[in-house]
Amino acid sequence: MNLTLKIWRQKDAASQGSIVDYQVKGIEGDMSFLEMLDVLNEQLITKGDDPVVFDHDCREGICGACSLQINGEPHGPDRLVTTCQLHMRKFNDGDTIYIEPFRAKAFPVVKDLMVDRSSFDRIQQAGGYVSVNTSGNTIDANAIPVNKDDADESFEAATCIGCGACVAACKNASAMLFTSAKVSQFALLPQGQVEATDRVLAMVNQMDEEGFGNCTNTGACEIECPKGISLENIARMNREYLKASLKG
Amino acid sequence: MSILDSKIPEGPLADKWTKHKNTINLVNPANKRNIDVIVVGTGLAGGSAAATLAELGYNVKTFCYQDSPRRAHSIAAQGGINAAKNYQGDGDSDYRLFYDTIKGGDYRSREANVYRLAEVSSNIIDQCVAQGVPFAREYGGLLDNRSFGGVLVSRTFYAKGQTGQQLLLGAYSAMNRQINRGKIQAFNRHEMLDLVKIDGKARGIIARNLVTGEIERHSAHAVVLASGGYGNVFFLSTNAMGSNVMAAWRAHRRGAFFANPCYTQIHPTCIPVSGDHQSKLTLMSESLRNDGRIWVPKRIEDAEAIRAGKLKPTQLSEEERDYYLERRYPAFGNLVPRDVASRAAKERCDAGFGVNKTGEAVYLDFAAAIQRYGKEKALTSGMHNPSKEEITALGEKIIEDKYGNLFQMYEKIVDENPYKTPMMIYPAVHYTMGGLWVDYNLQTTIPGCYAAGEANFSDHGANRLGASALMQGLADGYFVLPYTIGDYLSHDIRTGKIPTDTPEFDQAEKDVKDRIEKLMDGSGEHSVDYYHKKLGKIMWNKCGMSRNEKDLKSAIDEIAALREDFWKNVKVPGTANSMNPELEKAGRVADFLELGELFAKDALDRNESCGGHFREESVEQSGEQKGEALRDDTNFKYVSAWEYKGEPKDAQLHKEDLVFENIELKTRSYK
Amino acid sequence: MGGLIKSSIARKVAMALSGLFLVFFLLQHFTINFTSIFSADVFNELSHFMGTNPLVQFALQPVLIFGVVFHFVMGFVLELKNRNARAVKYAKYSGGANASWVSRNMIYSGLVILAFLGLHFYDFWIPEMVHKYVEFAPEDPTRYYPELLHRFESPVRTGLYVVSFVFLALHLWHGFASSFQSVGFNNKYSVAATKFAKAFSIIIPLGFIVIAIILHLTH
Repeated sequence: MNLTLKIWRQKDAASQGSIVDYQVKGIEGDMSFLEMLDVLNEQLITKGDDPVVFDHDCREGICGACSLQINGEPHGPDRLVTTCQLHMRKFNDGDTIYIEPFRAKAFPVVKDLMVDRSSFDRIQQAGGYVSVNTSGNTIDANAIPVNKDDADESFEAATCIGCGACVAACKNASAMLFTSAKVSQFALLPQGQVEATDRVLAMVNQMDEEGFGNCTNTGACEIECPKGISLENIARMNREYLKASLKG
Repeated sequence: MSILDSKIPEGPLADKWTKHKNTINLVNPANKRNIDVIVVGTGLAGGSAAATLAELGYNVKTFCYQDSPRRAHSIAAQGGINAAKNYQGDGDSDYRLFYDTIKGGDYRSREANVYRLAEVSSNIIDQCVAQGVPFAREYGGLLDNRSFGGVLVSRTFYAKGQTGQQLLLGAYSAMNRQINRGKIQAFNRHEMLDLVKIDGKARGIIARNLVTGEIERHSAHAVVLASGGYGNVFFLSTNAMGSNVMAAWRAHRRGAFFANPCYTQIHPTCIPVSGDHQSKLTLMSESLRNDGRIWVPKRIEDAEAIRAGKLKPTQLSEEERDYYLERRYPAFGNLVPRDVASRAAKERCDAGFGVNKTGEAVYLDFAAAIQRYGKEKALTSGMHNPSKEEITALGEKIIEDKYGNLFQMYEKIVDENPYKTPMMIYPAVHYTMGGLWVDYNLQTTIPGCYAAGEANFSDHGANRLGASALMQGLADGYFVLPYTIGDYLSHDIRTGKIPTDTPEFDQAEKDVKDRIEKLMDGSGEHSVDYYHKKLGKIMWNKCGMSRNEKDLKSAIDEIAALREDFWKNVKVPGTANSMNPELEKAGRVADFLELGELFAKDALDRNESCGGHFREESVEQSGEQKGEALRDDTNFKYVSAWEYKGEPKDAQLHKEDLVFENIELKTRSYK
Repeated sequence: MGGLIKSSIARKVAMALSGLFLVFFLLQHFTINFTSIFSADVFNELSHFMGTNPLVQFALQPVLIFGVVFHFVMGFVLELKNRNARAVKYAKYSGGANASWVSRNMIYSGLVILAFLGLHFYDFWIPEMVHKYVEFAPEDPTRYYPELLHRFESPVRTGLYVVSFVFLALHLWHGFASSFQSVGFNNKYSVAATKFAKAFSIIIPLGFIVIAIILHLTH
C-alpha cells in the first residue's frame, strides 16, 4: 500500500517543530508500524536527508520505549498493543497518517518523535519501592502468605510498561494511571504496607511537581493503555492518598 | 600451564562460596564512601549490582543507552526464574539444580561457579518477594511453581508470561531507592564507547551522551560491565534493537579475553520471519511446547500446496502429518531441549517441508490439547454427552487461561487465530552463552573490570536451560559481584578520586573521537542496516544452527571483506555532536563486524558438537544415536578464551581446562 | 487544609464532594418543584418554609452558595491547569476514540449551567432577596405558586430552561458517577452505584423539563 505520512519534525528540544509530509510506497500489511518507519528512514538516508528519530527497543511490546501518537491516538487505532506491535494491515492504501510525539509539558520533545519521559523515573524514585536491603538475609519467601486475588491484582498493576500512553491520551496529560499502577502494586501486598503512607504522598507529590494535569475520569487512559491497566488503580490510589493524608 | 587463573577456592564444592566469602578482604563502611564504581548496563545483572553496591556504601554511576534503566532487555524474559527452594517437595536441592545446569550446558561450564549459582538461587526469591515482586501464587497464598524443559522437578517461579519484567522492575525499584538517596547517579541515554585503563587497571570509561552527542569522561575505581549478550550479530534475533556488544567488545580490545563466542542459543519457538522488511523476531515462551505438538506435512507436495496457499493445515489428516520430534525422540517428544528442537525444525525445512511462504516454519498445533482438556473439563463439570463444539469451547478456554497473552500476541503479529489453525514457529537467535571471560570473582582479565549477567561467559556452558538466565543475572548482581568486588577494592582505599585529566583519558577520548570521525567519513554508499543485514545473513547461514568447516572458513573471509567495505562505504547522515541514532547503530555494527569473525573462528576451532554449537563433522556415526550431536571431551573439554591481537583473525586462543570433580560426564540422550 | 487542597488528588476529591453536595441539593430542589405540578398548596407551604426558616436561610443557603461557587471556581482552576499540562497541542487528536464527549467537555456543560444559574438567580433568587431583605415586604405564604407560574409564561424562558436542563443531564452523566471514582469508591457495589448515578442524571433533569413544560402549559 502507499501512504501519506504527516510527521512531526523537530531538530532538538530548543527548536520549533512542524509537521512535514512524506510519501511511502510498497508497505505490506505484515510490517509493524515501526518497520514502516524503517522503510521511510532508509528512503531518507538514501536521499541524504536526516532520518526520523523515534524511541524503540524491544519491538515486542514490553520495554515501553516506543510511543507515537498515531492519527490522534497513542500507539494508534488498535487496542492492547504498543506501536511496535501495531501492524500495517490496520491501515488502508491511500491513507494519510498523522504521526506526532506524545505531548505533555512533563514529556518535553528530545528530537522529532522522541520525548523525555524521565518524569516517570522521578515519580518512581520518590517512593516506588520497598525499602529492603538486597542482602539476601530477608525472611523466607513463603513466610507471609499472600491472598491469590491480591497477588494477581498486584501483578496486573505491575505489568505497566511505563510508556506514557495514558498521559498522551488524557486530555489533561494526567499521569494518574501510571502512578496509581505503581502505588497499587505495593498497596496490595503485605510487603508494601509498611511504607504505604509515605509512598503514596511522596509519589503523588512528585507527580504534581512534574507538571502533569489532573484526572477528570474520562477513562481515555484505560482504553489506550497497551497493557490494559485498570481505572480501579486510580480509585485505589485516591483512597490510599486520602487515608495517608488523614493519617499524616 | 594456561595464563588463565580461574581463582576457584579450595575445598569441597558445597563449601567453596561460604569459605571464599569468609576469607576475602572487606572494605569498611567509611572507606566505601570514597570509592566509585561504574556499572554499564541496567538490566537484571547491572541494575541489581548497582543497587547492592550503592546500598553497601559505594558511589555508583550507572550507564544505559535506553531512556530509563527499566527498559533493559531483561524485561522481555517471559517464562520464569529457577530456584532450588524445593517448595513442591519433589526432591529438589542445590545439588540437583547444579547438576541439571551443568548437564544442560553439555558439560562446558565451571563446576564451582554453577554450584554457587544454585546455592544463592533461593536467596533471589526471598529477596524479590521482599521487594514486592508479584510472583504467581496458589490459592493458599504460597508461591506457585512450574516445570521447564529438560528437568524433572518444578522449580520455576514465574509471574505469568512476564517474569523478566517483574524481576527487572524489582531491581529498578531497588536502584530508584538508591538514586533517591543520592548513592546512584544514573546516566541514561549514554553509551560506553571505551574502557580507560591506568597502570593496567580499569579506571573509567568514555561515554557518549546520546542526546547531545557530547563525549564524556567518567572515572571510577572499578568498572562493571553488565551490558548483555551479542545475539544481534545475527541482525534478526529476539534481542532488543539496541542490544549490542560494544561495551564488552571495547573491553576485549583493551585486554579482556572473550570466551566461547560461538555458543549461541537458538530458541525453537519464535514467530517466523514474514519478509525482508523484518527488523526483529518475537519469542513465544517455551512453555507452549508442553501442550503444542510440532509437525510438518509428510508429503512434500502438501508442503508446497500449503506454501502456495492452496491447502490449509487443518485439511491434512493425522496420517498426512509428520510429528517429527515425536518420531525422532520418542522419550522426550516435543519437550526435547532447545538446541535439539531447533535443529530438527531446520532439518525439515531444509528438506523442503517448511510451511509458510518463506518455507521456514513448522506447525505448533494445539488441537489435540484443546480436545484433551475439553473432554477432561466436560467430565469434571458433569456433562455427559458433550457435543464436539462444547468440548472445543471448553478446551479453548483452558488453553486461553494458560497461554492467552501469547496467543493474543501471535494473532496481532501473524493475523491468524491460533485456536483455530496451528501456530507457525521457527527457531531464532535468543541468547549468547559466550561472553567476557571471568574468574570465580567475575573479574575479567583486566584488573578492576568485572562482567556480570549475559555479558560474561560463566554459568551456562554450551547451552542454557530455560529460566536460568534470570537466575544468573540476579545472582551475579545481588549476591556475588558486590562481595567479590570488595576484595579488589580493599586495595584502593587510599587511592582517592581518580582524575580524568590524565594522558590515559586523553588518549581514550581521542581514540573514540577518531573512530566516530571515521564512521562519519564513509563514502555514503550504503546505510548501516544494509551492512548489518548482510552480516546477519552470513552469520545465520554459516554460523547458525549447524556449522561446518567449509562454511565457517568462508564466513571468516566474507565478514572480513564486509568489514572493510563497511569502513569505506558506510553512510551515516547527520552530525556527531547531536542526537544521531544512525551513528549509534554504526558504532555497534562496526563491533559486530569484528565479533562475527571471532565467532566464526571460535566455531571453527571447536571441532565437536556441544549444546548450541553443532558441527556437522562431529556426529554419532552408528547405533541408536546415529546422526545426533557428538561431544568430544578428550579434545575440547575447555573454555576458549580469545585474546585480542589486532584483527580478529589474529586473536590468540587461551584454553581454560574444565575440571569435573563432582559430576560424571555423560552423553545427553533424548531418544 | 491548604496543603491538602494543593495536591491534584485533593482537588479532585474536593470537586467530587462539592459535586455530590450539589447533586443532593438538586434532589431536594426537585422534590419541592415536583409538588408544584399537583398541588399549589403543598408547594406554597414548602416554599414558605424554605424561604423563612432561619436555619435554611442563614446556615444552609450560605453553605450552598459556597458549594456552588467552590465547584465553579475549582472547575475553572483545574481546566486552566489541565490545559497548561499540554503546552503544544496535537495536530490531530482523536479524543472521541477513547473517551465520551461529555467527559471531555465538562467545562462547557458547566458553563451552560453557570449561565443558567445567572438566569435562574435573576428570575427567582434576586427578587426573593429584594423582597425579603431589601424591601422588607410583608410575607404572604401563598405568593410562591403564582410567582412561579408567572415566570414560566414566556416560551423563550421555558425553552432556555429546557435546554439548560439538557446540559445539566450531560454534566451529571459524567460528573455524578465519576465522583465515586474520585473519592476512591470502586468495589463490587460500583456497578450498581454507577447505574443509579446514570439513572439519576437522566431522571432528575428530565423531571425538571417536564415541570417547566407543565407550568408553561398550565398558564
